[in-house]
Amino acid sequence: MMKIWLRRNFSALMALSPALLIVLVVYVGCTIWSVRISLTDSHILPSDHYVGLHNYVRLLNTDRWNTSVGNLVFFGFMFIIASLVTGTLMAILMDQRIKGEALFRTIYLYPLAMSFIVTGLIWEWILQPTLGIQKMMRNFGFAHFHFDWINHSSTVLYTVALAAVWQGSGLVMAIMLAGLRGVDDEIWKAARIEGISPVRTYISIVLPMLGGAIATVTVLLALTVVRLFDLIIAMTGGGPGDSSEVPAKFIYDYLFDHQDIGLATAASTLMLGFVLVFIGPWQIWQWRRDVRGAGR
Amino acid sequence: MSRARKHLAARVAIYTCLIAMALFVLGPLYVMVITSLKHMSEISSGNILALPHIPTIAPWLVSAHKLSAGFLNSVKILIPSVIISIAVGAIAGYALQFWRLPGASLLVLILLIGAFIPYAVFIYPLVRILAFFGLFGTLTGIVIVHTTFGLPVMTILFKNFYSSLPVELFKAARVDGAGFWRIFASIVFPMSTPIVIVAVILQVTGIWNDFLLGLVFAGRDNMPMTVELNNIVTTTTGTRFYNQDMAATILTAAVPLLVYLVSGRWFVRGITAGAVKG
Repeated sequence: MMKIWLRRNFSALMALSPALLIVLVVYVGCTIWSVRISLTDSHILPSDHYVGLHNYVRLLNTDRWNTSVGNLVFFGFMFIIASLVTGTLMAILMDQRIKGEALFRTIYLYPLAMSFIVTGLIWEWILQPTLGIQKMMRNFGFAHFHFDWINHSSTVLYTVALAAVWQGSGLVMAIMLAGLRGVDDEIWKAARIEGISPVRTYISIVLPMLGGAIATVTVLLALTVVRLFDLIIAMTGGGPGDSSEVPAKFIYDYLFDHQDIGLATAASTLMLGFVLVFIGPWQIWQWRRDVRGAGR
Repeated sequence: MSRARKHLAARVAIYTCLIAMALFVLGPLYVMVITSLKHMSEISSGNILALPHIPTIAPWLVSAHKLSAGFLNSVKILIPSVIISIAVGAIAGYALQFWRLPGASLLVLILLIGAFIPYAVFIYPLVRILAFFGLFGTLTGIVIVHTTFGLPVMTILFKNFYSSLPVELFKAARVDGAGFWRIFASIVFPMSTPIVIVAVILQVTGIWNDFLLGLVFAGRDNMPMTVELNNIVTTTTGTRFYNQDMAATILTAAVPLLVYLVSGRWFVRGITAGAVKG
């Protein structure tokens, strides 16, 4: 029995082996390994001496970590909400039977094709006050014009969010527009007959119908937030001070510069936990729907 | 107000908003291009939105020279990474969709969640594993890393696509006695062209634009263009040559931008693929 099954499925198992190897070694193995290190007193080199939650206590007493988490949450809310609003607005405007739709779509989406390093460098250049927008406005005669947000710890995160929204709203537009195009024309006809204005129809009827698309796009934007690293490196380097530091950069710096792998893996374990708590249930829900769908 | 005038006013408002947003999105590209064509003297005396008085291509020549090694490294990383990650994903997606294997759905679940785990979680163990095999900081090493992190999205992309193919085709082939590879090579893969195009677009732009993985795993000899660009711009001390910086930035963005412009609607399909389901 076993033999027949094996012979019949041997090729399938062989074909799946690279994927299986990667999943077992990296997605399962490395995750467990990383969590394990976080429970030991590893510094420059890994150690087998368990110290319980000592690294986590140290981590929560590290100001830079707490600042990084706070920054990420603040940035994340701004970025997700602003991208959703801008992108949805773009999608609604493009849904008005406009001329030149292809041209507008090409324009709105091109930033998405670029690296965050590129995005960060352009915006850094535009926003730095000595030669950027501030100087231009002063040249025009507004001698006291101030726009140096990128240089101040209380405002720097807004500039990072601006750059990220510039890059990310096209994604929202594309997914929301696909959703809008899927809305049945009958709904629009019914709303028109009832005398409901288009703006109200969008807000109270059409957008609530696109809950799935909004959820999808929010998850994708959240993924950008969690991975935020390149944009910070290119745009602010985490400064001024540590006012734009983020967790991924904290982990990178503590792995390679400070060589405190115990602390770095404790930080990455917390990030993992955060992702599992917020994204895990959504993915499990999708997966169960797929499994049930396949059974039919 | 008459109906026609009301309608006209609405149209004007719509196009005004559309154009205003387009200008906001295009602004940085415009600034980047004009800055790269200015002399440094003009950059420090003029303003950031002004067109260059005396355009120069000198900054482009300097930057192209500085980035040529990074460009070649990126190409060397890109080609094998794209091919291997797509091959692995396509075959895994096919095996998972058509061949009922025990534990297959668990594998899919791990991939679905794996796609969202921050890279930071894997970096240290992965550095150790690659170092153990002597692959850390090598071209092979970075290709393995890109294949690894491309796996969840590639597998799910292909699996979803295959789930839309009629299963009868597959069943008929099995009844005729065709085996795993035979069915893949002569039936499934030839039907995969649209999803392969989407996968190529996703992987080419994704791998070209990668920074973190290249920074950690590629090593000094294989530094990709994004890492080199960042080194040139942000770690230079003394006077910064913004015109050269911007030329270098455009050069680094050129490949994915070209892919984007050529692929058009396929790019949109790529970013929405797997995202909009059911």
